[in-house]
Parts: sequence; structure tokens; C-alpha cells
Amino acid sequence: MKKAADDNIVRFENAGLRYGFGPEVLQDVTFALAEGSFHFLTGESGAGKSSLLKLLYLALKPTRGVVALFGRDVASLARPSLPALRRQVGVVFQEFRLLAHLSTFDNVALPLRIAGVRGSEVNRNVTELLAWVGLKDQMKARPSTLSGGQQQRVAIARAVIGRPKLLLADEPTGNVDDRMALRLMHLFEELNRLGTTVVIATHNVSLVERLGHGRLHLEGGRLTLGAPGGAGRPDKRPGAEDAAGSSGLGASAPGSPGRGATIDARGVEPAHPTAQAPVREWILKGVP
Amino acid sequence: MPWLVAFMVFLAVLAFALAASMHQVAGRWDKGARGTLTVQVPVSAADDGQALAAVLALLRATPGIASAEPLADAQLAALIEPWIGPLAAGDIPIPRLIDVRARPGARPDLESLRVRLGAAAPGTVVDDHRAWLGRLLALMRALEATALAVLGLVLVVTVGTVIFTTRTGLSIHHEAVEVMHLIGAQDSYIARQFAGRALALGLKGGAIGLMLALPALAVIGALFGRESGGILPEVTFSFLHWTAIGAMPLVVALTGMATARFTVLGSLSRIL
Repeated sequence: MKKAADDNIVRFENAGLRYGFGPEVLQDVTFALAEGSFHFLTGESGAGKSSLLKLLYLALKPTRGVVALFGRDVASLARPSLPALRRQVGVVFQEFRLLAHLSTFDNVALPLRIAGVRGSEVNRNVTELLAWVGLKDQMKARPSTLSGGQQQRVAIARAVIGRPKLLLADEPTGNVDDRMALRLMHLFEELNRLGTTVVIATHNVSLVERLGHGRLHLEGGRLTLGAPGGAGRPDKRPGAEDAAGSSGLGASAPGSPGRGATIDARGVEPAHPTAQAPVREWILKGVP
Repeated sequence: MPWLVAFMVFLAVLAFALAASMHQVAGRWDKGARGTLTVQVPVSAADDGQALAAVLALLRATPGIASAEPLADAQLAALIEPWIGPLAAGDIPIPRLIDVRARPGARPDLESLRVRLGAAAPGTVVDDHRAWLGRLLALMRALEATALAVLGLVLVVTVGTVIFTTRTGLSIHHEAVEVMHLIGAQDSYIARQFAGRALALGLKGGAIGLMLALPALAVIGALFGRESGGILPEVTFSFLHWTAIGAMPLVVALTGMATARFTVLGSLSRIL
């Protein structure tokens, strides 16, 4: 692998994907995502958004071309080394995919337990995060007793609890009203400001235009928007941070606490404001 | 699954107990008969014990024979009483029996002994018990082998049941397994969840099976005990036997756990 490619969190080179002997659902997809970038993945139904996300969260390998995550070519990785890579990717699935037999707390704690984090640390982190997303009172509730919005927040909490370097969300606003959709987007932007690279697949064009982040657009399995070799690369020029402030274009360096407080100004209110500071600190610690 | 395991453990305990009992019975019969002979000396009205004395003298002089003792009249009467009832002395002529024991490791030449005893007392019969004991021993060994085969089958069926149950579980919990897989769980972590569950259910079922098997074993033991000392030798289980019986639930549960683990690992290895 070339050294230059290591700067990107994600790199696709002429990646193609087909299911079985069917037609290619992704064709010659080439792009790269810089660390700390924020992108929307758009396209009509069947354009290949979910398939591209599956490649990103390592549910599938490309049938041709190169997909590299965190500087490592997925095709060259042995199967036992994939789980460690997956733990650096947080995923908010389209239908949330919460485990019905687990409580809110246990759903969110799952990635930490899988990673072998100590029980006391799990308790502390999960409690803080659930307070942050306003679900402290629902810790023992099963997913089936939660509203759609609450389930969504549990799914997001589960996706970010492991402090992923890359956060993927598949239609995260599909089941919520516009107000909640905007709140969730601001939450993703806040995580992005804290250094997480974010890719959100969505149909919601108005939201995409309103927030104005980088965009990857798929049509018939081909990428038609999104500059190959550096889409979303953070603009580190002097003054760029301010310019990107309204768009959240991943301008802040990973770990920069600079604009974290804007989460309140943007309308996402932490249910337990006192919990916000420790959570921020916890996120800034980096991936264990 | 617990009740299925309970049934398996129940069968396994009974099969093991049967195998162990048959092993003991066969062993004792074999050991008891090895190196012993019964010599039957016909008696006649004219005979006042000379034939018996001649046979005894000849036996005691034969190399390899450790002892030759005639059975007392009371012992003879007790032996035939179950078949023809109590007898008064002189009712019917009863041949005299001599209990002969060979020295350990010695193998007296039976053919030569038969010829010499026949010459000393015509009509004398030498019985080395092999004819009837051989068939009984074969039966015991066959029963023991059958019980062991049942034990093996129980384990095989348990493994098959756990594979089926685990696959069904994987199917039912496919969503949870896939989510755990995608959020970075090692295969071993997912397999551990299923294996732990299989172990817990196996132990529960195993304990139930053992609890059901012990009374059944007691009843069979009581029935068996009635015949002890008669045709059947007394069978007693050693500490090792009881340990093996007590360990059955654990063995079956551990088999289930290992099976579940390998089944899940096998299934997961087919996905990325």
C-alpha cells in the first residue's frame, strides 16, 4: 500500500460489487475520505447506497478494485483481523437493528463488552452517554417499548460508544420527523467536530442542501459526485475552520474541542447538561 | 433442550450402570469359574464310598490341583431343592460332587484326567463349566457391549440434538448474531454466548436426568439384589462408578457446549 493512501480514512479505487452472479451493483467506484470529513451519500433507491455502506462497515468485500479502510486494503486482510477494524467503525443501521432481548443499557454497552472493556468502565461510559442522548430514564427499557426516536438515539449511542474513527448512518432520518432529523444531524456534526469521520446515506435532499456537507452521489451503481482522491479532505488552510463552521465540513482536526459547545446552539439539547463534559472528555480519549 | 438432555442423561446413566454391572457379573463368573472343576461321581447301592475315595485320591495326586473337596449331603440337598423339593436321605441316588480347585496359573490336562477318573470310577464326569459359562459370558459381554453402544449413541444423539438446536438458535437469533459480528465481535465471542447457553441448559437438563435416573437405578438395583448370591453374583458400584454416574450431566453438558461452539464457529466462518 502506498504511503500517500494512509492519510485517508477510506479509499475506494475502481471498486465493484456484485451479489452472486448478478449484475454489478457498484461499478468503478473511486473516492477517498479524509480523516474528520463529513459526507452525505445520496442516490435513488437501488443506486447502491446500502451496498457501498456494507463495503464500508465490512459486511462485504468488493468483487473487484480496492477498498481500503484506515490505510489497510480490506481484501488483503485475514478474517481474524477484521473485527478489530470493525470496532473502529460505528454504524447506525437503517432499521436500527437493536437487539430485542437486551435493554437499552445492554444494547449500548455491547460494543464495549465485545471489546473487553472492564465492567465499571462500561457502566460509567454507557450511563454518561445515555444521559447525553436523553435516555437515562430508559436504561432498563427494551427496544420494543421505546418510540422510534428513542430507538434511533439508542442506535446512535451504540454506534458512537466505542469512539469510532468512522461513523456510518444508513437513512438515519427515515423514520423521524424533520425536527428530530435536524437534531440528529446536529448530533452527527458534533461528533464530526470531535474528530469522527462521518458518512450518512440519505434520501433527504433538503437536509443535505440545508447542511451543505460534502456529497457522494450514486446513480446506477456509479459515483457521479464526489471528487476522487480526496473528497471531503479537511481544509486546513488558515481561516478555513470558520468558513466550514456552518457546513461542518470536517474542518476541525481530530480531537479538537473547538466548537463542541455549538451543539446547544444548534438545537440538540443534552438531557443532562452536566453529563456532557465527561462524555466529551471520554470521546476525546480516542479509540481504546 | 433441557428435557431432551434430561432424557439423554437418564439413558446414559442406565446404559452405563448396565454396562458396569454386566462387566462385573461377567468378570466374577469368569474369575470364579477359571481354575475350578466339578467332578461328579455316580453312586450305587453297592458302593460304600470307595469310588469317591478313589477319585479324591487321584485328584489330590494330580499335579496342578490345589484342592478337591466333596460337597456335604446337606449342600447337595440344598442345590437340588429348588428343582425337586426337599429330599429325605436315600430317596433317590444322588451323585457325589467334588469341588476341585486348580493352583493359580496351573492348567491340568482335562482329557487325561477324564480318562484316569473314568478308569478309577466308571461314569465319573468332569465339568470345567466352560460349556454353559461360555454362553453366559458371551451373553453378558454382548449386553455390556450393547449398553456401551447405547451410551455412545446417547452422546451422538446429544451432539446431533445440540447441532440442530444451535442451528435453529442461530437462525432465530440471526439478526443479533449479524449485528454483533458487524460491530466487531470476534467469532469466539459470539460462539461463547451460544456455548454458555448450551452449557447452562445442558447442566439443568443433566441434573434433571440424573435425578430421574437415580431412583430408577435404585429400583433396578433392588430387583437385581434379590438374585444376588444365587445365579447372579452381588454387584456393587465403586466410588469410581458413582463418580462416573455423577459426572454424566457434566459430560453431556460439556459435549453440548463444545458442539454449540463448533457449530457457531462453523456457521460464522462462512460469512466475512
